[in-house]
Amino acid sequence: MYTFSSKLKTFALILMILGVLGIGYGFLTAPKDIQEVEKILAADAHEGHHEAHAVAVENSIQEAAEHKEHLEHVLHQLQNKPWAALYVACIFFMLVSMGVLAFYAIQQVAQAGWSPVLFRVMQGITAYLPVGSVIFFVFLVLCGLHFNHLFIWLDPEVVAHDKIIANKSGYLNFPFWIVRAAIFLIGWNLYRYFSRKNCLAQDESKDDSFYKKNFNISAMFLVFFIVTESIMSWDWIMSIDPHWSSTLFGWYVFASFFVSGITTICMVTLYLKSKGYLENVNTSHIHDLAKFMFGISVFWTYLWFSQFMLIWYANIPEEVTYFVTRIQLYNLPFFGAVVMNFVFPILILINTDFKRITWVLVMAGTVILFGHYIDFFNMIMPSTVGDQWFIGISEISSVFFFFGLFIFVVFTALTKAPLMPKRNPYIEESKHFHY
Amino acid sequence: MSNKVIYAIYNDDDILMDAVKKTRAAHHHIEEVFTPFPVHGLDKAMGIAPTRLAICAFIYGLCGLSFGTWMMNFVMIQDWPQDIGGKPSFSYIDNMPAFVPIMFEETVFFAAHLMVITFYMRSKLWPFKQAENPDVRTTDDHFLMEVAVNNNEEELVSFFQKTGAVEVKVIEKH
Repeated sequence: MYTFSSKLKTFALILMILGVLGIGYGFLTAPKDIQEVEKILAADAHEGHHEAHAVAVENSIQEAAEHKEHLEHVLHQLQNKPWAALYVACIFFMLVSMGVLAFYAIQQVAQAGWSPVLFRVMQGITAYLPVGSVIFFVFLVLCGLHFNHLFIWLDPEVVAHDKIIANKSGYLNFPFWIVRAAIFLIGWNLYRYFSRKNCLAQDESKDDSFYKKNFNISAMFLVFFIVTESIMSWDWIMSIDPHWSSTLFGWYVFASFFVSGITTICMVTLYLKSKGYLENVNTSHIHDLAKFMFGISVFWTYLWFSQFMLIWYANIPEEVTYFVTRIQLYNLPFFGAVVMNFVFPILILINTDFKRITWVLVMAGTVILFGHYIDFFNMIMPSTVGDQWFIGISEISSVFFFFGLFIFVVFTALTKAPLMPKRNPYIEESKHFHY
Repeated sequence: MSNKVIYAIYNDDDILMDAVKKTRAAHHHIEEVFTPFPVHGLDKAMGIAPTRLAICAFIYGLCGLSFGTWMMNFVMIQDWPQDIGGKPSFSYIDNMPAFVPIMFEETVFFAAHLMVITFYMRSKLWPFKQAENPDVRTTDDHFLMEVAVNNNEEELVSFFQKTGAVEVKVIEKH
C-alpha cells in the first residue's frame, strides 16, 4: 500500500493556496471599465502614445468612435484573461487524466501483457477525472450564465449581429451544448468508476468474470470515447473560434492530451518507483512508456503539421486567419510548442538507452507536459485575449492550483488500493516483462 | 598448422542456449553458431557486441534531410524562383511547409536504403554469393555450434557430447 508522504501533501497544498491567491489577484486586477483600459494602454504606449493621441484629436469624430470601439475590444480581452487562464489549466489537467483513461482502456482491450503492473497507477491518475469534471462543468455553466466572454456565441447580442454564428445556432446553443457536456463527462466518469470497481473486485474474485466485464466495458468505452472526444473538441475548444473549422481538429486535440497522459503515467511511475513502491516495475516497462511518449509526440506533430500545412497551402481566407493570428501574435508559443513537443522529444527519446534513464525521462516528460500546456494555450488564448496574452500571474497561478489539486487527488487515490493487481490474467507476464 | 574445428549439432534451441553458456564458461572459443531461426538471447549468451546499425541509420537520415533541404532550396529558391500559384519563393523558410513532405521522405528513404545496404555489406550478402552452410540441416531444424580445436580434440569432443549434442563432428577446415 502506498502512503501519501506528508512532504508531497504539503507541496500540493502550498501549490493550491498559491494558485487560489494568484487566481484571485488576476480577477481583482482585471480592468472593470474603459477608463481603466485607457490607463493601461497609455502606460504601455509611453510617450509614443501622446503624439498619436494629439494627431487623433485633430481627426474626425469617426476616429474617436473607432478609438472607443478599440478600447471596448481591449477591455473584453483583458476581462477574459483571468478566465481564459483558468480555462486552459482546467481543461488541460482534466484532459490529461482523460488521456490516461483512454490509454488504460486501450491496454485492457489490447490485452497488453506488459502494462497490468501499471493499472493501479493509471487508475490513481484517472481519479482526478471526477474532480476535474465537476470543476470544468461548473466553469461551462458559468460561461453560459455570462460570467465571462470566452465563448462569443453564448452572447445573444453577438449572435444577432453575426450571420455565420446565427447559422450555427442549431448546434451552438447553450442548452444543447451543456447537455452534451454533461453526457460526455458522465459517460467518461461512469467508465472510470466501474472499471476501477471491477478491477478491485477481480482481486478478490475466484474466476475471471470481472476481468471479462472490464474488457467489454473498455471496448464500449473506446467507441463512446472516440465519438465524444471529437465532439468535445468542437464544443470546448473549436467553438471558441466559431468562424473557423477544421476537420482533423478532434484527432489533433486527442493526440495532444493522449501524449500528455502517457507522459504523466511515466512520471508518476518513476516517482513511485523511486520511493520503492513498485518493485515489479522494471526499466522495460519504463522503456515501453517512453516509446509511447516518443511515438505519440511524433503523431501529434504529424497532425499539427497536417492541419497547418493544408490550411497554409490552400490559403483560403476564411480558414487561414486562424493561423495568421497565431503566427503574428503568438509567434514564440506557436512555434515553440513544435520545438518542445517534437524536436526535443525526437532527439532525446530516439535513443534506446536514454529511454531507460530516469532523469532523461523526467526532463523529456517535463518539456512534453509544458509543451502541451502551451499547445492548449495556443488553441484557446488567441480568440479570447488576442494580443493581450501574457504568461503572467493569472496563467501561472491557474496551473499551480490545478497542478496542486491534481497531485493531491491522484496521490490520495493511490493510497486507497494496493499498487499491484492480484488476479489479473496477465499480471504474471507483466511482472516478468522484459524487453 | 591444422585447421580443425568441431561441429556440435543440436536439435533444440533451449539445449543450444545452455550449451553456449557452458562453452563460454569453459572458455572454449565459439567461432560461429548456425540456427534456422533467430534464437532470442543467443547474441547475449555468446557475448556478441550490440549492433551499431541504428546509429548508422540515424546519420543516413540526417544526410537525407540535408539532401532534401539542399535540393529544394537550390531548385525552388536559388536556381529559378518562379511564382507558382502565389507560393512565396523569396527564401527557404517562406515556402518551407511545402517542402516538408519531400524532406521527410528523403530522410526515410536515405535512412532505410543506406542502412539495408550497410547491413548487406557488413554481413557480406550479395546475389551470387556462395552459401556458407556447414550442414544443410541448419536451415531446417538443427542448430550447429562451431568451435576451434587447439590440440585438445578428445577433451572438446567429450565436452560437447555432455552438453546434449545429437552429433559431434571434427572437421578439417580449408
